[in-house]
Amino acid sequence: MSEQQIKNLNINFGPQHPAAHGVLRLVLELDGEIVDRADPHIGLLHRGTEKLIEHKTYMQATPYFDRLDYCSPLNMEHSYVLAVEKLLGIEVPERGKLIRTLFAEIVRIANHLLNVPSYAMDVGAMTPMLWAFEEREIIFEFCEAVCGARMHMNYFRPGGVAQDLPDGLIERMREWAKKFPNYVRDMETMITRNRIFMQRTVGIGVVTPEQALDWAFSGPNLRASGFAWDLRKSQPYDSYEEMDFDVPIGKTGDCYDRYLVRVEEMHQSLRIIHQCLDRLEKVKGPVKTDDRKATPPSRHEMKRSMEALIHHFKLFTEGFHVPAGETYVATEAPKGEFGVYLVSDGTNKPYKCKIRSPGYVHLQAMDMMSKGHMLADIPAIIGSIDVVFGEIDR
Amino acid sequence: MGVTSGNPHNPMNLIPPGTDQDLILKGVDETLKEKGFVLSSVDALVNWARTGSLWPMTFGLACCAVEMIHAYMPRYDLDRMGVVPRPSPRQSDVMIVAGTVTNKMAPAVRKVYDQMAEPRWVISMGSCANGGGYYHYSYSVLRGCDRIVPVDVYVPGCPPTAEALVYGIMQLQKKIRRTGTLRR
Repeated sequence: MSEQQIKNLNINFGPQHPAAHGVLRLVLELDGEIVDRADPHIGLLHRGTEKLIEHKTYMQATPYFDRLDYCSPLNMEHSYVLAVEKLLGIEVPERGKLIRTLFAEIVRIANHLLNVPSYAMDVGAMTPMLWAFEEREIIFEFCEAVCGARMHMNYFRPGGVAQDLPDGLIERMREWAKKFPNYVRDMETMITRNRIFMQRTVGIGVVTPEQALDWAFSGPNLRASGFAWDLRKSQPYDSYEEMDFDVPIGKTGDCYDRYLVRVEEMHQSLRIIHQCLDRLEKVKGPVKTDDRKATPPSRHEMKRSMEALIHHFKLFTEGFHVPAGETYVATEAPKGEFGVYLVSDGTNKPYKCKIRSPGYVHLQAMDMMSKGHMLADIPAIIGSIDVVFGEIDR
Repeated sequence: MGVTSGNPHNPMNLIPPGTDQDLILKGVDETLKEKGFVLSSVDALVNWARTGSLWPMTFGLACCAVEMIHAYMPRYDLDRMGVVPRPSPRQSDVMIVAGTVTNKMAPAVRKVYDQMAEPRWVISMGSCANGGGYYHYSYSVLRGCDRIVPVDVYVPGCPPTAEALVYGIMQLQKKIRRTGTLRR
């Protein structure tokens, strides 16, 4: 009998695939059912954000950040407004900082509420998703109350936040924050010790501590490999220095650990939210810097004074000029280190804005993580590294 | 069927839920028992079937996809209108283009549309799909998905709220009902 040539099978995963979390296209080389090579093709959602930002004033550019990682819009804005503030050299009042911290954590929970259950759904559990989205709706209600938009809020501004919290919102949040642990507990009862879930995630996509560092992991994915590295602790911004919270870490760095870290992060975020709410009741005052370079005059003033009206008009048409210089600011987004490298040439528009997105870095480790696993493990791995294409393709 | 009204000019003469509807249904039931058949126009029957189970293709491209998922989830619950997301274009009736269509993605969007069986409809969701929106001047973005697929309903917003999408789907049902099945 003559020798037979056996060729590996190449299959296309996506770009239209329900488990692709957006528009990922994976070219998989299969040896039977074993994955030999996973080659992610990106750029299917490349919208040219960085280039568009160069043609917008600093204030007009903020909404682009909402649309990067659309699961956690405010965390994206956070890096950008901090970078602009650093270049401008302005200080945010305490209440502004607290509100920003509060909402960054609320949105972090919203992000994990989207990721964890949809990851569970990819490996076969439907119910957590249905429950999580009710909680997300409540979070969206808070966002709507504070700025009018459900998702893309444009709430953080250079110098603080757009406006103060409406009356009664703190009480509503407090009530929700009391009930929310019940949801997490229910979800954990459903998934954490679930036999099917464990079979599909334990020991899958293991990332050793060395590999995690080599591939520049950050955020929950790095912490799942055993590093207690959190930018909120190591280089605190806004009010994080005064907050008391723990950094959960995993032991083995497999898909299961990444799930556990995210669930625990929700609890820790809730702790920060409680502290913020307590302090917000005591700390009154402005929510935005009184530096008139970055803050428009109040509406009341604008209606009565001609100068204030001109000032307001100039600020929203021409925008403010930022002193020449460059800066890199990174914050702890729910997916990892989200950095903005901003170069200013002294005009009212950024000269260059480079965005460092965590998802991009995590996705390139896809090949390393999936080598030797079965085809069916691919959705579990994609779900566990929490990729969103808005920020990967930008 | 939520969008029906008591309008006498309604082409399909739809009766809103209530005592009137119950009476008619009871009458139909009795005729069915007595004679073993009921008479209806084919148009009405086909439209009833089509609007009652609009299966959309899950085609989440960007931010709007999140709001689309919110519309499927318990609070808005599109399932109760028979709108159940399908992962395959061959099984779906309507494509919801939710998000920015980039030049690189455009061929895939068109291919999915081509794979859908007739009759098929397209809902363009959000300002990016409607006409480029915030990314209109980008070098890599398609300025509206109506350049590659025929759109039936445009849902405005960035992103449209889940409620807005539900309304868009109801508008599509209205449109299907209005368009005669055999009179085309």
